[in-house]
Amino acid sequence: MESNLSDYKTEVHNDWCPGCGDFGIVNAIQMALAEMEIPRHKAAIFSGIGCSGKTSHFVNVYGIHTLHGRVLTFAQGAKLANPEMTVVAAGGDGDGLGIGAGHFVAAGRRNVDMTYIIFNNGVYGLTKGQASPTLKLGLQTKSLPEPNVNQAVNPIALAVASGFTFVARGYAYDVRQLKDLIIAAVKHRGLAFLDVLQQCPTYNDINTRDWFAGMDNIDEMTKKPRPRIYKLEDTHFDPVVHIDSPDEENEKLTQALIKSNEWVPNYLENPPATQQISYKGKSITDISRILDSLQV
Amino acid sequence: MDEVPPLDDLFKERLVKYLTSKNKPLTIQGMLDAAKERGVQLYPVSFKTILSNLADETQNPKLRGMFRMLNVLAVSVSLGLLGLPPDTLLKSVENIFSRKPQIAEMNKHAANYAYNFATAKYAKYKYQLLLTPKEPDTIMVQGFQSTGLGKIASGCRFQSYYPITPASDESVFLESNETFEVENNRPGSTMVVQTEDEISAIGMVIGATLTGTRAATSTSGPGFSLMAEALGWAGINEVPIVVTLYQRSGPSTGLPTRHGQDDLQFAIHAGHGDFPRIVYASGDIEEGFYDTAKCFNYAENFQLPVIHMMDKFIASTVATVKRFDPKKITIERGKLLEKIDTQDYKRFAPSPDGLSPRSRLGLENGIFWNTGDESDEYGHISEDPGNRITMMDKRASKLDLALKTMPKEDQAANFGVSEFCVVSWGSTKGPILDAIEMLKKEGLAVGFVQIKLLQPFPTDYLKSLLKGTKTIIDIEANQSGQLGSLLNEHLDHKVDYYILKYTGRSMTCTEIYDSLKKILQNKAEKKQVLTYGV
Ligand SMILES: Cc1ncc(C[n+]2csc(CCOP(=O)(O)OP(=O)(O)O)c2C)c(N)n1
Ligand code: SF4
Ligand SMILES: [Mg+2]
Repeated sequence: MESNLSDYKTEVHNDWCPGCGDFGIVNAIQMALAEMEIPRHKAAIFSGIGCSGKTSHFVNVYGIHTLHGRVLTFAQGAKLANPEMTVVAAGGDGDGLGIGAGHFVAAGRRNVDMTYIIFNNGVYGLTKGQASPTLKLGLQTKSLPEPNVNQAVNPIALAVASGFTFVARGYAYDVRQLKDLIIAAVKHRGLAFLDVLQQCPTYNDINTRDWFAGMDNIDEMTKKPRPRIYKLEDTHFDPVVHIDSPDEENEKLTQALIKSNEWVPNYLENPPATQQISYKGKSITDISRILDSLQV
Repeated sequence: MDEVPPLDDLFKERLVKYLTSKNKPLTIQGMLDAAKERGVQLYPVSFKTILSNLADETQNPKLRGMFRMLNVLAVSVSLGLLGLPPDTLLKSVENIFSRKPQIAEMNKHAANYAYNFATAKYAKYKYQLLLTPKEPDTIMVQGFQSTGLGKIASGCRFQSYYPITPASDESVFLESNETFEVENNRPGSTMVVQTEDEISAIGMVIGATLTGTRAATSTSGPGFSLMAEALGWAGINEVPIVVTLYQRSGPSTGLPTRHGQDDLQFAIHAGHGDFPRIVYASGDIEEGFYDTAKCFNYAENFQLPVIHMMDKFIASTVATVKRFDPKKITIERGKLLEKIDTQDYKRFAPSPDGLSPRSRLGLENGIFWNTGDESDEYGHISEDPGNRITMMDKRASKLDLALKTMPKEDQAANFGVSEFCVVSWGSTKGPILDAIEMLKKEGLAVGFVQIKLLQPFPTDYLKSLLKGTKTIIDIEANQSGQLGSLLNEHLDHKVDYYILKYTGRSMTCTEIYDSLKKILQNKAEKKQVLTYGV
C-alpha cells in the first residue's frame, strides 16, 4: 500500500500559538505513521486534555481525545481489547505526570504494547501557564506569581522506575529524529515512553528555543553558544539492555512452561474485540459448565 | 462481658443497659436467662463433655482438648435437634479433609457421635425442619454470581475493576471463569483487568468498548464517585458502557460491608453536564442475571452508559433459584456496524431516531474522532451554537426513544395495585412481597409496584398504574427517601408514607408488615424508620 504523508493529516483548524513545539510533534507522528505505512483504520491516537490533547484531531486515524490525566487508561483498554490496533497515547506533562501520575506508574508495570508521548513544556499551557510537574524548583515562568516551590519530577527516571521497557527523549524542533524515535517506539513490543522537550513560547519564557540552543551561554573561546541539548547517539551510548550470561535455570524454566493448552486465554489470538458473542440475536456462550457446578 | 473482645463499645453499652434493666448479671449466663424470660427455649449442650466422652470411647485422650472440632460438633447437634439427616455434613467434612483421610475419619466419627447424642437427648423437640423435595434444574447462587453469569452469557468480554466490597466478588468470579465454550467457535474468554483505581477501570472499559467489545466494570459507592467524570465522557461520545453498581451504605466509607440503597439519586445525576444515561435496578438474584443482559442491550441500542443498580443485600444473599436460561436472553447490538462502504463516515451523523450507525476501532473506512468537548458529526471539536443544540437534543432524544420502545413490564413490575400501594425498587422486593402475603392472610390488601427503570423515569406508565391508588407508600433502604423524591418529582400524587431503613441491616418482612399495618390502621407517622437487627 502506498502511503502519503497527506493521508495522515486532517483539515481541522489548528489553534496552537505560533511557534508552539506541538506542531513539530504532530508532524513527527504523521510522518512516522506514513513511513510505517500503517493502514489508517489500524491506528488510533488517544490524547489527554491540554493544548497537547488536541493532537488526536489533527491526525487522520482514529482519534480519541479523552479526559485530563486519563489518556493511558482509555488507550490500554482499547489496546487490550483489540491488539491489532497501533495505539499511540499523547498528552501534556501536567496530564501525565500531575493528575495522571498514578496511571503512569501503573501503566509502566503493565507494559501493554503501545507508545506514550509526553509533551514536556514545563507549564500547564491550556490553563494559562501554571507550573507543571517538570518545571524546575525556583524557576518563575511568566504566569507564576512566585517562583516554583516544588522539585521537578524527572520523567525519564520515573518511567524507568515504573517499568516502561523503552524510554527515550526527543526534541520538538528536531522533527526528523523525533519521527525515528516514534517509529522505534511503535515497533518496540511493550510500553514505550517518549519524553519530548517542547517549547511553549506563550507561557514558558525560560526554556525557550534559544535557551535550548544555549544562546545565553556563549563559549568565550569559540564565541559559539553551548547548546543545552545533545544527541545521545553521538556519545556512543548503547541503550539496549543486554543479558550477558543467560541464566540457564531460567531458560529451562521457560521451555518447561511452553505447553499447548487451548483453555489458557490467549488474548493475542482471540482478543475480546474479535470474539463472536451472538448468532441471530441469541447468545452463543455456553455457561452450562458453570451452572452445573452450582446445581443442587 | 469484658472477656468478649470483639464487641462494639456501643453495643456493649446497650447490652449492659438491657441486662441491668432485667436484673441479670453481666455474664453469658445472664444473657441466656434474659433470653429464656423472653420465651427462647434453651437446649444446653456441653461440648466439653462430648469431647471427653469421645476420647474415652475411642481411647484417644488427645480428643479431650480438640476444641478445633467444636464447629463440626455444633453443626451436628443442630442437625440432630432439627431432625435433618447428617449426610451433607459428612460429605462436606470428607471434601474439606480430602487430603487428610485420618482427620476426615476423626471428624466424621465426632459428627456422628454428636448427632446421635442430639437425636437421643432431644427426641421430643417439636420444631423439625423437613427436607423439601429437590426440584429439577435448581442452582444455588450468590447475587454477585448472577450478574457475573449474566455478563458471560451476554457476551461481555472485558471487565476492569478496582477491589471494593461488595462489588469485586463479581470480578473475581469472572476471572475464575475466564474461559468457556462458545458454540462453533474458538474457546471464549473474558479479559479481566485489575486496575490502579476506579478512574482507570472506567477508562479501560470505555477504550475496550470503542473496539466494539461488550465491556463493563463493577463497583460500589466510593469507586463510582471516582467514575463520575468519565461517565459524562461516555455520555457525550455515546459509548455503550455498563457499570454494575453494587451499593453499600454511604456516605464516604459509611458502613463499608453493610447494605444500603443510598446511591439512587447519585447514579441518576453523577457527572457534570446534561447527558443521557439509563439507570436500571434489579430486585433479586434471578433478575440480576436477566437484567444484566438487558443492560447491555440498552447500552448498545441507545448508545449510552447504563448503570445497573444492585446492592450488598443481593450480592451476599445465597439463594436456590431456577437454573438460569441463556436462551431467554437476547443480544441486541443496535446500530453497531460490521462493514462501512462510504468514504465519508460520520460517527455522529443525524438520523430520525437520534441514533447514528456506530463504527469501532479497526473497521475499514470507519475512522472517527471522539472528544469530551462538544463536537460535530465527525467528532471534531465544535463550539458552534447551532451544532451544540442539535447535538445536545440528539443525545437527549435517546431517552424518549428508550421509554417508548422498552416493554412496560421491563420498566416496572406490577405485583397488583390496590388502594394502598407500596412503591419500591431493588432488593426490598423480597421482604415486601412476604409482608404483603402476611397481610393478605388477614384479609388486608396492599399493592406493590417495583420500579426497575429509574432513569429515564417511567412517569406515564406509573401514572396509569397508580391511577386508582389512594395511598402511596415508599419503602427503601436510605435516609432521605430517594425514590420518594423521584416519585414526588414526576407524579402528581405525592408520597403519603415513607418506610425507611438505613442501619446497614437488610429489611425484614416482619418489620415491613408491622409498619404497613400501622398505616392501614391509620396510626402511622408519615415517616417510619426501621431498626431491626444488631
Ligand atoms: C479534572 C480536570 N481538572 C482540571 C482541568 C483543567 N485543565 C485543562 S488542561 C490542564 C493542564 C494542561 O497542562 P498539560 O497537561 O501540561 O498540557 P499542555 O496544555 O501544557 O499541553 C488543566 C489543569 C481539566 N480539564 N480537568
Ligand atoms: S499555550 Fe503554549 S503549549 Fe499551548 S499552544 Fe500556546 S504555545 Fe503551545
Ligand atoms: Mg504542559
